[in-house]
Amino acid sequence: MDIGLIGQHIANGLMMGLIYALVAVGFTLFFGVLDVIKFSHGDVLTWGVFSAFSMYLLLSWMGFEHPVLILVIVAIVSMAFIAVLGGVIAKVLIIPLKGAPPLNVLLITLMLGTVLRESIRLFYPDGANPKHFPALLPDWSHSWGNFTLRFDNTVMLISGLLMIVLVQLIIKRTKLGMAIRAVSQDEETARLMGINFNLVVYITFALGSALAAFAGVTYGLYYNELSFNMGLLLGAIGFSAAAVGGFGNIYGAIVGGFLFAMLQTIGAAALPFASAYKDVFAFGVVIVIMAIKPTGLLGEKETERV
Amino acid sequence: MTSRSRASVSFLPALVAVLLGAVYLVFFLAGESQLEIFGLLLGAGLALFLLRRARVLERVGRSAKDHSMAFATAVVAATVAISLYFYDDNFVLFLVATVLVYILTCLGLNIQFGFVGVVNFAGASFFGVGCYTAAILTKHTATPHLLILFLGGLAAAALGFIVLVPVLKTRGHYAALVTIAFALLFKTFLEVNDTLGGPQGLKCDGLKLFGWDVNQDLVIGSFEGSFYLGYIAVALALCVLGFILARRLEDSWIGLNMDAVRLDETVSACFGQSIPRGKITAFTLGNFYCGVAGALYAMMLGYIAPTNFTFGDSLILLSIVILGGLGSLWGAVAATSIIILMPEKFQVLQEYRFLLFAALVIAILLFRPQGLLPRPLRGFLTLRSR
Repeated sequence: MDIGLIGQHIANGLMMGLIYALVAVGFTLFFGVLDVIKFSHGDVLTWGVFSAFSMYLLLSWMGFEHPVLILVIVAIVSMAFIAVLGGVIAKVLIIPLKGAPPLNVLLITLMLGTVLRESIRLFYPDGANPKHFPALLPDWSHSWGNFTLRFDNTVMLISGLLMIVLVQLIIKRTKLGMAIRAVSQDEETARLMGINFNLVVYITFALGSALAAFAGVTYGLYYNELSFNMGLLLGAIGFSAAAVGGFGNIYGAIVGGFLFAMLQTIGAAALPFASAYKDVFAFGVVIVIMAIKPTGLLGEKETERV
Repeated sequence: MTSRSRASVSFLPALVAVLLGAVYLVFFLAGESQLEIFGLLLGAGLALFLLRRARVLERVGRSAKDHSMAFATAVVAATVAISLYFYDDNFVLFLVATVLVYILTCLGLNIQFGFVGVVNFAGASFFGVGCYTAAILTKHTATPHLLILFLGGLAAAALGFIVLVPVLKTRGHYAALVTIAFALLFKTFLEVNDTLGGPQGLKCDGLKLFGWDVNQDLVIGSFEGSFYLGYIAVALALCVLGFILARRLEDSWIGLNMDAVRLDETVSACFGQSIPRGKITAFTLGNFYCGVAGALYAMMLGYIAPTNFTFGDSLILLSIVILGGLGSLWGAVAATSIIILMPEKFQVLQEYRFLLFAALVIAILLFRPQGLLPRPLRGFLTLRSR
């Protein structure tokens, strides 16, 4: 295999890895602040893509022409909408379930994911069929041999990385981030220090959900397609990435996301059997990693006292 | 020791309840119009509510518990009676057989999740292993079909060993991840593997038992019944066997150890119990149940495809277990009947069924986390000494 093709695979892998990492960071944020897994995250992402698509339809119906401007509006509106949705989910389902067994919460959020997914299929106009997501970024590209560098992918990659850095900065540098970290360390003490616990949880869920919406828009731009059940696999992959990296650790989520994408790329490109097995291979390796490192590669934020 | 000191209740309330339930089911299954079904559902809900207010359900429950053997026999007899009543109605009999197959599967999941607390998000996958084993063996070999049922279970149990190490080593969310990953892996694998038929799936021959072709309509003298009656008989026998085994397991010291492992691993380890042993037993046995059920289901359907074994189906199976009440065997039976029959008969629900299941499970987990028929506290009396 020549260098150009390998480079192309790596570029594709990076793109996917970025999307997975964005989803996984959401999982990690939720787990960090409240020790819950919100499994409906992938379907929240689907809602993000569909709200972006609806916004696009609305804007083009209103006569907006400029694609980049449309993209910016679409992205911001869908992220804002999904952030609100995430906050509402936290308020209605997650906070009331704070003391429940973890598997009950996992199952409830899985079922919430089904509700979100099915409501798109049943209630969105023609929701059962895949739709075409518009290419809103200019399609400049440059080729070196087999390697084609596409301008839109570069933009998506850079903006996605900026997004992760931004979240990292929010958590490490701002007062809000300090509150989030305080809550994730010790809820009681954080309350005693005058932190509004519920508000911090809502904001964290809003933040993670907005990231999912961003990942969704990126996914839509990259694949030019959206369907009601795209979130199930993406959510599962994001969850796997977060678990493989180690829950509650943002670096772990990023590592896990890129690792999963790399596994898929290897599964598609380098292994002797057909590329259709890439997911089988990637999930198989995830299971093996869990057997070797039961709490993820980078470990959980604190060890259990047993 | 309360059950010793308190006087035994007569069996009459439970018997009446089974009879009424059977009559209700006959009306429900025979109901043609949607309005009729809706009325029946509404009536059942209202009646249950009123009976609960009047504390009748409590007495029924106690009498069923005191005469568990007689109660079980009555339920089996009622199932046979219902099937015979609809002797030539293929669709209804198919529903009854499906319910029985799913009951067997959910009993298996109950052993895993309800007894030892090993959550299995890949129930439909192990069910699928049984299906594919049956399809391949009936097509390409001359293995006796009764053995195929057993081999289907064995194959599912064996495949479970693949994820056994991570299942044993991980806990909570990480353990959930392992089975979720396995479920997704399994379905993708089936879809892309051309040897196993790819997305089109495989055909499967019907069940043959000792020269009796179950796929042929039943003719005994002047009685002519649908061939599904044969499948119902086999499924019912398997269900009874599975139920007895699960009940014996629960009542044995193994079951007691399993409960201890579920409730507190650390403490049970301190008392010298082997945690992996309980988990391995339950996980393997549960998968065996799923595999046997799958093999029978494949033979009954005659055709299987990967779309039957999606992650969503695993979720439905798990919701049945939770809906019935974790570890409650009768709860699993009741919940399976509700979940399988309701959407089939209530066509309006058909399109919305995933949505409604999901909403229902959310509501139950929020407002009644113990399920419909919560598992009673252990009486510390074995079946024999009661």
